[in-house]
Amino acid sequence: MTYVGNKADLRVVGTRPIRPDGVDKVTGRATFGADMVMPGMIWGKVKRSPHAHARIVSIDTSKASKLPGVKAVITAEDFPNIASEEAFVGEGPMNFRDLSRNCMARGKALYEGHAVAAVAATTESICDAALELIEVTYEVLPFVIDVEDAMKPDAPLLHDDMYTQGVQPKPSNPSNVAKRVHFGLGDIEAGFRDAEVVVEGRYTTQPVHQAYIEPHATVVSYGADQQCLVWSSSQGQFMVRSYCAKLLGIELSNIRVMVAEIGGGFGGKTLVYLEPLALALSKKAGRPVKMMMTREEVFRATGPTSGGTVEVKIGARKDGTITAAQATLKYQAGAFAGSPVQPGCMTAFAVYDIKNVSVTGYDVVSNRPKVAAYRAPGAPISCFGVESAMDDLARKLGMDPVELRLKNAAKDGTKAAYGPTFKDIGFVETLEEAKKHPHYSIPLGPNQGRGVASGFWFNIGGESSGAVHIAEDGTAVVMSGNPDIGGSRAGMAMMAAEVLGIPVEKCRPIVADTASIGFTHLTGGSRVTFATGMAVTQAAEKVVEILKQRAALIWDIPVEAVEWKDGAAYPAGANAGGFDPLTLPEIAMKAGRTGGPIGAEQGVNAQGAGPGFGTHICDVEVDPETGKVTVLRYTAIQDVGRAIHPSYVEGQIQGGAVQGIGWALNEEYIYDKNGKMDNAGFLDYRVPVASDLPMIDTVMVEVPNPRHPFGAKGVGEVPIVPPMAAVANAIRGAIGIRMEHLPMSPPKVRAPLDARK
Amino acid sequence: MSKIHVTTTINGEPAEFLCEPHQTLLDVLRNELNLTGSKEGCASGDCGACSVIVDGRLMCSCLMLAVESTGHEVTTIEGVAKGDELHPVQRQFLQHAALQCGFCTPGLIVAAKALLDRNTNPTETEARYWLAGNLCRCTGYDKVIRAVLDAAAEMRGETVA
Repeated sequence: MTYVGNKADLRVVGTRPIRPDGVDKVTGRATFGADMVMPGMIWGKVKRSPHAHARIVSIDTSKASKLPGVKAVITAEDFPNIASEEAFVGEGPMNFRDLSRNCMARGKALYEGHAVAAVAATTESICDAALELIEVTYEVLPFVIDVEDAMKPDAPLLHDDMYTQGVQPKPSNPSNVAKRVHFGLGDIEAGFRDAEVVVEGRYTTQPVHQAYIEPHATVVSYGADQQCLVWSSSQGQFMVRSYCAKLLGIELSNIRVMVAEIGGGFGGKTLVYLEPLALALSKKAGRPVKMMMTREEVFRATGPTSGGTVEVKIGARKDGTITAAQATLKYQAGAFAGSPVQPGCMTAFAVYDIKNVSVTGYDVVSNRPKVAAYRAPGAPISCFGVESAMDDLARKLGMDPVELRLKNAAKDGTKAAYGPTFKDIGFVETLEEAKKHPHYSIPLGPNQGRGVASGFWFNIGGESSGAVHIAEDGTAVVMSGNPDIGGSRAGMAMMAAEVLGIPVEKCRPIVADTASIGFTHLTGGSRVTFATGMAVTQAAEKVVEILKQRAALIWDIPVEAVEWKDGAAYPAGANAGGFDPLTLPEIAMKAGRTGGPIGAEQGVNAQGAGPGFGTHICDVEVDPETGKVTVLRYTAIQDVGRAIHPSYVEGQIQGGAVQGIGWALNEEYIYDKNGKMDNAGFLDYRVPVASDLPMIDTVMVEVPNPRHPFGAKGVGEVPIVPPMAAVANAIRGAIGIRMEHLPMSPPKVRAPLDARK
Repeated sequence: MSKIHVTTTINGEPAEFLCEPHQTLLDVLRNELNLTGSKEGCASGDCGACSVIVDGRLMCSCLMLAVESTGHEVTTIEGVAKGDELHPVQRQFLQHAALQCGFCTPGLIVAAKALLDRNTNPTETEARYWLAGNLCRCTGYDKVIRAVLDAAAEMRGETVA
């Protein structure tokens, strides 16, 4: 069944009800990771490497173990030494061996903050004292922090068994370059020969942290019968189950992962850090264990996303037609392979219809925390380079930047350099909206500039489960397997209510634990409304079929003669008989006499997620004395397919845009000369605050995705892709200087201004 | 080290507890009194997720020792609604969808209440600067600010759309 074509008929989808978990969240009743306690619970804490790169010669835990109150001490020796194995459990590929060694260093500490041991004790203070008593002997090794340094032949090696993949012949020496990837289309050299104008640039970005406000936290209990209960704040209870099972050698069905409310993730909670440690401690101690990270630990040992180098060259005809586009991307992966350089390459020119494209990427390890997914992983970095170069191209051609993008925009039928041919996309529509938006023609004052940039993200589908159960009074419980980070319970309840024909308030959405619903891939990839929404919709449709069968039974007519509308069964036409409609509560009340409880679960592997496109307009003012950049106005336009709950779609767009503004202007990891992070706190790692910002205007373009029952496309990731270039292009407009390095913080902006004086 | 006996007032009710001298008010609220609505986002006074009102003044409960609450009146997120009746700020946060993950929300609501307790007619700029100590990573603050301004209007007796 599909509802896409008839928006006017929708009763619930597209409205803005109060979210069902809202009152809990405005009154403090919602229970997040650190809010749980279990009977008999003790505390766990982690000992971390003070060195950027060091061989672990020995770890002596004997003094710590003897401290009264200490119940367990663990090191890598307490975990299976698992073999290299690639899996796709989180938001990108993950090697189980690397994940295991990231959770607990084995042999070498690869970054400052890398876990080397952990303790469990009856109080937090005893944990702290025990950590001091663990004696680790290190052989300190040379380290490397920056990506281009790490690529040099004589750079300190992190992994002596890492040989660059994707190059022929296979290299004879190990390297910090884990992988080379390449995407291409057409003939790049012919394309540049065809060009009348060429622009080039080299851009750098710094690693930035997802900076969710809730630090990682978990409470676990490892039973004497090997049954494990895990309470955890993550982006996927099934992801936590898979990783813990693999890292500890436990059967999947022996681990039950309960779903805490999650205080932000943005990709950063798509892998585990504490849960396997807590389980190992709990097993050893025979007690439930609670672990929480400090903010400092979050910065030093989790996330961030890559920093990178982006070299871009674009050639065009004088009329603006792009003839060739080339990019080379070098992304930091942190201590283990797996930067998002591949999606960075795939998205780099995806918004444009270009015949000749060549993109090469390098995935490079260095002595930094292992990167984690961050909202459209990889895309914002390459987009910053490409969309900055596009702005230079528009200036060189004397063309309006929106017109230049329109001239080259990807449309239905465009073949993207990374493979697919687009259909049902709404990129041109975002550009047309930008052109006619009042923001685009507001006059600018001195030291003010306007920038435009566009961005792309794939969006994914995949495996999800949804279930709908009708209670005896005719209300519905709607279960699904995705943690609700930003209002997805509301979306699930709304889609179920639409199908059942009942008010959304009669649908109670539940995020189910791993023992209570079928497998569901994690909350990420902008997949939940699309894929899990499809599962919930199909489960609700199954329930409607059952309800019709029950009505047919009560009326003693064939089920084909029953139709369902507005939450009740009706005889389908005069021939079916002259029965009064049977409402959902009436059928529910009689369920026992018509075949028993009414409910259905549906698993799907959702295909056909619609890719997302956005165009942002940013106005800034630059203070020529200090170099401080103030964002004056910001408009984010996006094709959302169809907004299920428009307020939460707007919220995704606004939040993503502001994270991008932070990435553009303030945020960065700063290292000292010893390879230690200098700014591991919110005072020095500065995320945007309310007084930094204007209102963020949003425009939702709706080009429905026919492969979703209501036309939805993923919306959460696209909005972080364009902002860095939009801000840089606005600064270029304001002061005539091309900022090629992020963040564009006051000293970085002031330096070229001073040099010009 | 022996624990200290503290007598104070929390959300209008007398409260007493035993704590270590070094324990913060946030630690005691969460771990001794089970008032887990106040959140720890940084424990250094930078994120505002633990905001409480002490004798009418907005505080980060992570920066105040629990013993310092002796004899003072503490309001936490759990004390903002009056029974089933939500505070206008809470109501407007729901109306405006001014929360996504909801983790910073208790601190933002306590901080916004502290603002509106002293000024029911703040400008947008005043609201933005007052709330600059409360980090929200999800919303970009747009809907938060609109909710606070509409809550102010509601408290002034104006009709809010």
